Amino acid sequence: MTSDPAPAHTPAAPRDGAREGTRGHDSARRLGPTRVLDIDPLLDDPKTRIVVCCGSGGVGKTTTAAALGLRAAERGRKVVVLTIDPARRLAQSMGIDSLDNTPRRVKDVDGDGELHAMMLDMKRTFDEVVEAHADRERAAAILSNPFYQSLSAGFAGTQEYMAMEKLGQLRARDEWDLIVVDTPPSRSALDFLDAPKRLGSFLDGRLIRLLTAPAKLGGRAGMKFLNVGMSMMTGTLGKLLGGQLLKDVQTFVAAMDTTFGGFRTRADATYKLLQAPGTAFLVVAAPERDALREAAYFVERLAAEDMPLAGLVLNRVHGSGAGELSAERALAAAENLDDAGIVDQETGKAAFRNSPETQGSSESPADSDTATEAPAPDVGSPAADRASADGAVGQLTAGLLRLHADRMHLLAREQRTRDRFTALHPEVAVVEVAALPGDVHDLAGLRDIGDRMANGGPTGTA
Amino acid sequence: MSRLQVVSGKGGTGKTTVAAALALALATEGKRALLVEVEGRQGIAQLFETEALPYEERKIAVAPGGGEVYALAIDPELALLDYLQMFYKLGGAGRALKKLGAIDFATTVAPGLRDVLLTGKACEAVRRKDKTGRFAYDYVVMDAPPTGRIARFLNVNDEVAGLAKIGPIHNQAQAVMRVLKSKETAVHLVTLLEEMPVQETADGIAELRAAKLPVGRVMVNMVRPALLDEADLELVRSIPRTALAKSLSTAGLGGARRGGGADRLVDPLLEQAGEYAERYALEREQRSVLTGLGLPLHELPLLAEGMDLAGLYELATELRQQGIS
Ligand SMILES: Nc1ncnc2c1ncn2[C@@H]1O[C@H](COP(=O)(O)OP(=O)(O)OP(=O)(O)O)[C@@H](O)[C@H]1O
Ligand SMILES: Nc1ncnc2c1ncn2[C@@H]1O[C@H](COP(=O)(O)OP(=O)(O)OP(=O)(O)O)[C@@H](O)[C@H]1O
Ligand SMILES: [Mg+2]
Ligand SMILES: [Mg+2]
Repeated sequence: MTSDPAPAHTPAAPRDGAREGTRGHDSARRLGPTRVLDIDPLLDDPKTRIVVCCGSGGVGKTTTAAALGLRAAERGRKVVVLTIDPARRLAQSMGIDSLDNTPRRVKDVDGDGELHAMMLDMKRTFDEVVEAHADRERAAAILSNPFYQSLSAGFAGTQEYMAMEKLGQLRARDEWDLIVVDTPPSRSALDFLDAPKRLGSFLDGRLIRLLTAPAKLGGRAGMKFLNVGMSMMTGTLGKLLGGQLLKDVQTFVAAMDTTFGGFRTRADATYKLLQAPGTAFLVVAAPERDALREAAYFVERLAAEDMPLAGLVLNRVHGSGAGELSAERALAAAENLDDAGIVDQETGKAAFRNSPETQGSSESPADSDTATEAPAPDVGSPAADRASADGAVGQLTAGLLRLHADRMHLLAREQRTRDRFTALHPEVAVVEVAALPGDVHDLAGLRDIGDRMANGGPTGTA
Repeated sequence: MSRLQVVSGKGGTGKTTVAAALALALATEGKRALLVEVEGRQGIAQLFETEALPYEERKIAVAPGGGEVYALAIDPELALLDYLQMFYKLGGAGRALKKLGAIDFATTVAPGLRDVLLTGKACEAVRRKDKTGRFAYDYVVMDAPPTGRIARFLNVNDEVAGLAKIGPIHNQAQAVMRVLKSKETAVHLVTLLEEMPVQETADGIAELRAAKLPVGRVMVNMVRPALLDEADLELVRSIPRTALAKSLSTAGLGGARRGGGADRLVDPLLEQAGEYAERYALEREQRSVLTGLGLPLHELPLLAEGMDLAGLYELATELRQQGIS
């Protein structure tokens, strides 16, 4: 489990040691001329106020955001993490599974800093905006309107809009040194930038204005066409949907309009926040073709929008401690073992299962093992047993070699996709985070991810 | 076998891929399948390496044994115009509405309306017959919205109830629901052997059942090959490293002595085996959760070199061998 294929038998450099020392030469070669993204200075810098984690679906945005928040807090900052749809167990472990839409302090955080976390409740955020901007009666009318309900419960883009809204609110409270923002799951990372504007301009759009002000229009010359259009539309839609619909639409639109005074303006304001100095975008991607293609689009888009990109977090990268053994050689060796023939495998496995000398720790290569080419002493059972044990061992060894070949193929594929990205965007600083074999669902796991991020990769065994 | 096969699942688990493979699998032996897409993302065109699909049924693939797969990307705006045209003969007026943004408005702010148009079009294709009275398509396979939205998406009747209590849209919704709640329909869920998608699958099934929508099968996608079995994993825990070193040496990978070529491979190989074991245990846990759902399970392999047309046919063959049709 290393993206840093320094062979596991060489003692790993201490994690807090010199940065260069923690990076295997092989990994340095792999990254080539690419700049390494230094996470800690970014998190420590008091000027960094907002970190946004973007990327396509499932790449590790939520995990990365939570890990960065924890790390920054444990390095002394007062941090709030805004997560969106975190995995249940992760939310539970941070104590934010209750969905009350406000930040909660996370327990068991080391150091002097503070970590607060929350999980975005999209509908509730929307309701709160309404309640904050309308008098009680009007708010009630909006909240019970069927159009409002459709819109707030799942209009494409509402989640992105509300994430921005919440970010704006948190920033306005000015209680935290650092806000780390997760972004909603979507196929395209660009949705995060585009959806709020789309929603905003939609709500501020021409049709909405027509619907809210039909009387005004009616009085003017030159608006005749629109007026005809209007009555045709009301007629048709009315016929289609039943009469009540248009009334609902008009109430909704009127209420929204008078209370909000411009969704678009609001969306624009948060957009500006993202361009402000002190905001840093991190693009998260897995070393896979689609994810990196999305990442490249996003990088280009940020540049076009003058939004500050800190770098790329390449998450779930694989490595191997036996990188010098090629896939081809491993497969050939496995075949040698297959050909050597296998006697009764099951007995052989049983023979080892009961063996007193067990494989204690694979992490202490320099321990008492003084083995030579001779077989291990405890395998001194009858010859038949020995042969079958050898058969089982042979089969296992072949299996381990195939597993290794599989890993080496994966490394080669990840390498190719990464090289393609680097060739396209050599200016983007990159940090690699190794794939852990299991999920990340507690503070220890987040801390581990944070360490790996800060060290550009793991420093030995997982 | 239901004639309308709806494929949902967590985002990115392979809905589009599995829906396409399923259409290919169902179309074998001279059958005809229609693959429909409802999210306007042109995922089908991408997968079949063709140009963007228009709002029109098009043959996109030939299945083994002479079957045919047609594809259709349903566009809600065009579907609404279609619909208006059909009921009110509103050619030019429809365009004027579009210009005003009314169509956009109707199909976006009122998700119930949009969904009834999308599902309505799919149901129409299910029921359509040719002149000889034969069904136009033997199967319709829908690449549907993700698990989190699928029950609401299909439960159009409830969704439009707040918007249209009477009138043609209401009637349309009821007609759609009759197909969707019948044996004609099966909703399949695609998942991976990971915690979140499995959890979403379980939640999704509960939600579909509560809405009385027919749940079909669970498709476990991107299943990695089992390179070590249970017995191997047990042996890994107990084997003396010297025995492994010797075995590696026998295989031609250098000396088994300490510091020899084979000896140096032991630790990293055991470490990789340890990771494999951890993942294996997680996958087994998730598989048992899935088994507990009491639905037919299918497993599709992870195609290590990525997806292409050949891979898609491979998955289709796999589905057929697992008795999908
Ligand atoms: N480096 C890693 N090693 C192992 N597992 C990881 C790693 N990073 C993330 N994961 C796991 O991958 C899964 C997806 O991660 P996460 O939820 O952070 O992704 P996301 O980008 O937020 O997804 P979505 O787009 O659905 O919101 C989780 O189960 C998480 O535990
Ligand atoms: N069995 C498989 N082996 C290898 N890759 C696969 C497999 N199934 C799907 N993929 C790949 O996984 C990615 C996601 O698949 P797909 O687009 O079908 O998912 P989806 O659920 O439709 O995603 P979305 O939620 O974004 O619509 C694609 O790149 C696809 O090629
Ligand atoms: Mg997430
Ligand atoms: Mg898809």
